Amino acid sequence: MAKIASLARIDVDEKDLDHMVPEFNNILAWVEQLGEVDTSSVEPMTAVIPQELRLRDDVVDADPLTGGGKRDAILANAPVAEHGFFGVPKVIE
Amino acid sequence: MSNYRIQGATGQWEVVIGLEVHAQVTSKAKLFSSASTEFGAEPNVQVSLIDAAMPGMLPVPNRECIRQAVRTGMAIEAEINKWSRFDRKNYFYADLPQGYQISQLYHPLVGEGQLLIEADEKAGIPEDKVIRIERIHVEQDAGKLMHDQHPTMSYVDLNRTGVALMEIVSRPDMTSPAEAGAYIRKLRSILRYVGSCDGNMEEGSMRADVNVSVRKVGDTELGTRTETKNVNSVRFVMQAIEHEAQRQVDVLEDGGKIVQETRLFDPNTGHTRSMRSKEDAHDYRYFPDPDLLPLALDDAFLEACRESLPELPDAKRARYTGELGLSEYNARELTAEVETFARFETLLAATAKGIGKPEKDVATQVANWSLSVAPGVIKALGDEADVSHATAERQASILDMQAKGEISGGQAKEIFEIVLKTGREPGEIADTEGLKQVSDTGAIEEAIDTIIANNADKVEEYRGGKDKLFGFFVGQTMKAMQGKANPQVVNQILKDKLG
Amino acid sequence: MTDLTELGVKAIRDGVAVGDFSAVEVAEAFNAAVADAAQLNAFIVATPDHALDAAKKVDADRAAGKELGTMAGVPIGMKDLFATKGVQTTAASHILEGFKPEYESTVSQKLWDAGAGMLGKLNLDQFAMGSSNETSYFGDVANPWRRNDGGNAKLAPGGSSGGSSAAVAGRIAPAATGTDTGGSIRQPAAFTGIAGIKPTYGRCSRWGIVAFASSLDQAGPMARSVEDCAIMLEAMAGFDPKDSTSLELDVPAWSANLNADLSGKRVGIPKEYRMDGTDEDILKSWEDGIAWLKDAGAEVVEISLPHTKYALPAYYIVAPAEASSNLARYDGVRYGLRDLPDGAGLQDMYAATRAEGFGDEVKRRILIGTYVLSAGFYDAYYTQAMKIRTLVQSDFEQAWEKCDFVLAPTTPTAAFALGDKTSDPLAMYLNDVFAVPASLAGLPAMSVPAGLNKDGLPLGLQIVGPAFDEQAVLNAGLAIEQRAGFTAKPEKWW
Ligand SMILES: [Mg+2]
Ligand SMILES: [Zn+2]
Repeated sequence: MAKIASLARIDVDEKDLDHMVPEFNNILAWVEQLGEVDTSSVEPMTAVIPQELRLRDDVVDADPLTGGGKRDAILANAPVAEHGFFGVPKVIE
Repeated sequence: MSNYRIQGATGQWEVVIGLEVHAQVTSKAKLFSSASTEFGAEPNVQVSLIDAAMPGMLPVPNRECIRQAVRTGMAIEAEINKWSRFDRKNYFYADLPQGYQISQLYHPLVGEGQLLIEADEKAGIPEDKVIRIERIHVEQDAGKLMHDQHPTMSYVDLNRTGVALMEIVSRPDMTSPAEAGAYIRKLRSILRYVGSCDGNMEEGSMRADVNVSVRKVGDTELGTRTETKNVNSVRFVMQAIEHEAQRQVDVLEDGGKIVQETRLFDPNTGHTRSMRSKEDAHDYRYFPDPDLLPLALDDAFLEACRESLPELPDAKRARYTGELGLSEYNARELTAEVETFARFETLLAATAKGIGKPEKDVATQVANWSLSVAPGVIKALGDEADVSHATAERQASILDMQAKGEISGGQAKEIFEIVLKTGREPGEIADTEGLKQVSDTGAIEEAIDTIIANNADKVEEYRGGKDKLFGFFVGQTMKAMQGKANPQVVNQILKDKLG
Repeated sequence: MTDLTELGVKAIRDGVAVGDFSAVEVAEAFNAAVADAAQLNAFIVATPDHALDAAKKVDADRAAGKELGTMAGVPIGMKDLFATKGVQTTAASHILEGFKPEYESTVSQKLWDAGAGMLGKLNLDQFAMGSSNETSYFGDVANPWRRNDGGNAKLAPGGSSGGSSAAVAGRIAPAATGTDTGGSIRQPAAFTGIAGIKPTYGRCSRWGIVAFASSLDQAGPMARSVEDCAIMLEAMAGFDPKDSTSLELDVPAWSANLNADLSGKRVGIPKEYRMDGTDEDILKSWEDGIAWLKDAGAEVVEISLPHTKYALPAYYIVAPAEASSNLARYDGVRYGLRDLPDGAGLQDMYAATRAEGFGDEVKRRILIGTYVLSAGFYDAYYTQAMKIRTLVQSDFEQAWEKCDFVLAPTTPTAAFALGDKTSDPLAMYLNDVFAVPASLAGLPAMSVPAGLNKDGLPLGLQIVGPAFDEQAVLNAGLAIEQRAGFTAKPEKWW
């Protein structure tokens, strides 16, 4: 559980784990009933409504809603933005 | 099999190398947004709401990116999967706004292919070798982090975020740094022929993840590999392999174990080191991207891709040696770079047309001119040369005059020099600067008659069987003509007169 | 003068068009109702100016003789899952508190283009995860209905579109947008005695809607009549090139083609929906519904949807899996909350921000989703669930050979009290047992009010139709609506 939480980047403390683990196990036990169904000859669903992927034309800024050139809008809600960048705690690679 | 070996205390080791090359697809807009891909913009300017992963944003794929990846697949003789899918690769990092990279794991666009690297004795590649390519998939590039602009913060620039990449994954078929270098150079050449990637490694258009393992010579099982990320030049790839293989051998000889890990190459030291930011064992939780549908390609699309493919490096080289009769060396040099063969073919066509002969008859002349004569003149002139003056038409006209015997090889160079400096026309230069050979038989005959008359003894000796003296007569004639006589005409007349 | 807040979409639109009242009068009446209903906590943010500005434009257009849109003069509530430009959009989560998008969702834009105005952003279960509107960071929403037992226990309005259902049932908005991932339009509609339709997957663009589970999320209208739903759905639906899963189809004239005569139609009654423990009143209302449809001319056929039992557990793998990935973008870097403990590195910041910003139910689902996708478990959980999805879908395919639409209860019970099920996640999930199969199969499905139970609480009936056939669903809904004669309304206590 702690490993999953870390993979999901959610801090959990010990006392959270106390109630989360049984709930989690309960839900898993319940979904595991799917194992009863023989699906050996069934294909997993690939599209909810069968249709093919549309491809768009290679046009820059085709639509203001999908294009660039809007740095102010991109940074408008940032907790930390400086000199046109987003700021994050220093990363050591 | 290369003979690259690492000698350890316990015996000889060999290296096994696989490369994952990330090549930026040539397209104007990004893979899933219409923001520009152009290099060098101010930070976060070429970023759409989609690239910044704003809530509720959705991806729609760019046809051109798919088309270029398909063409690339065709160029490496790979099977193209008519049904493919995009998957999400989930991990957290500041250069990855969505928290996942849209990539292809389960059903990539391009399947098994291959590429040929050529024998290069000097580099330790004794014979031609086929390197198998496992797959090419299409995926999003990440953004960029800057670490030294601020004492406690890293800065994030998302301009690169969402640019289309092809990840070209080789099989672990390479066994020396030289083979890896040759593979990348060949791949780069193919990508540039196809036009699917500009191959500009300085700007990051091509980077390689280098997978290296070592094993004792004779072992058949693969050793544990490490992956050195984002190495961005051929030389660095070779250095990284050399260092990493040696490091692994050292560890193993000391009784240690190789940890499967991600490493970073430091170009300053030529060494690799473990990457702290990728320390935790990864579990990418790949699953099909539910924002996208399966990608189904129809035959018409594939046919159009195939028809748009240019002649590729191997085929071109074969044609140059076969049809055009060029030497192996010339063919290889001329086909290595797109710019080189393009200049050559333009000049060849212009020259053949000017002279009125088939291309194969003038190919060697044009090849020599392109590979050695012209570059020599340009190099010697240094800053005085303005290569923009050296149009194909002007060069063809020089070659034309030379082929017709109007000018000598030396005169050709002199004329080209003036062309480079001034942009004047070769014909006009030849006329006004006196850079023309005399082919007028009258003048030459006159000179030869005088020489024969003045050297009766030598004529006797020649006629008596001392063939070598022919050179003497040629020299005398050229001297009398101040070097401007057409040697072929001189030869012919001398032969006639000397009998 | 009529109480304008009693009017629905069509009545307002037509009244404005003929000049019975002005759009501004309507907006003012509903703005006042919003201000007056703080106790229901249906809105996270009220936007009276948005409603008024839209109304003024409609009045001006009308005065100028311009053609008016299909929603002209109708002020609506907007579920706070739709991005609205310049107006805080939170998905009812702390992690997005203060976020003001620089863009407008496709669906909300279409509604504004049709002449609607916005009363405010409606409360919901956090990231649309919940069935009672108790997971919102901005507090529970109260159902306007109360039991007739004289007590005043606050009831759940359903979820996740609980602000939407409460506002429409309480006459605070004539209509509202909802989104439905596994019943989030239909279940709250049933709990509050209103109508709501989830169209075929892909009818409404998902662009600009905060994603929960991409392969399931669909927007739809919630209103007090079937016709109002049809009118509003026409305004919301339509092809959007910005959404790869958007259906490239014209929007049918559903409202113009409404027809309650079901002669020649066959209604399928799925036997697997008769589950143990289903409320007596619910079963009774189902019987009523069957009788009404017969009365409307439909032939009743029993059908089988054999994988019904597995739909809910499959949903609780697929939806959390997609959510765990969709919600990875909330990391404190580009918008929303950032929690940066002293000395924290980047990854610590993520973990702290997400721990602080997400509510318990959201965390639970992210963890489930992370788990089922993780190495070694992917095939056993996710792939198996997607295979079950195929089976659920083919169950319906086979059913369409026997019937034109399906009738079933919307929920296993009427509205329960707030706090009743919060301690047992599984019990809460079971609320959507009847709603989820249509979601997994991407089918159009609607809930319409069917009557009151013995406690005086509304019950809903659900109609599910074949893909693309919203008309069949709406027509059957209309037939029920006409026969149920549902005129009850909650007594105003707020
Ligand atoms: Mg890689
Ligand atoms: Zn990659």
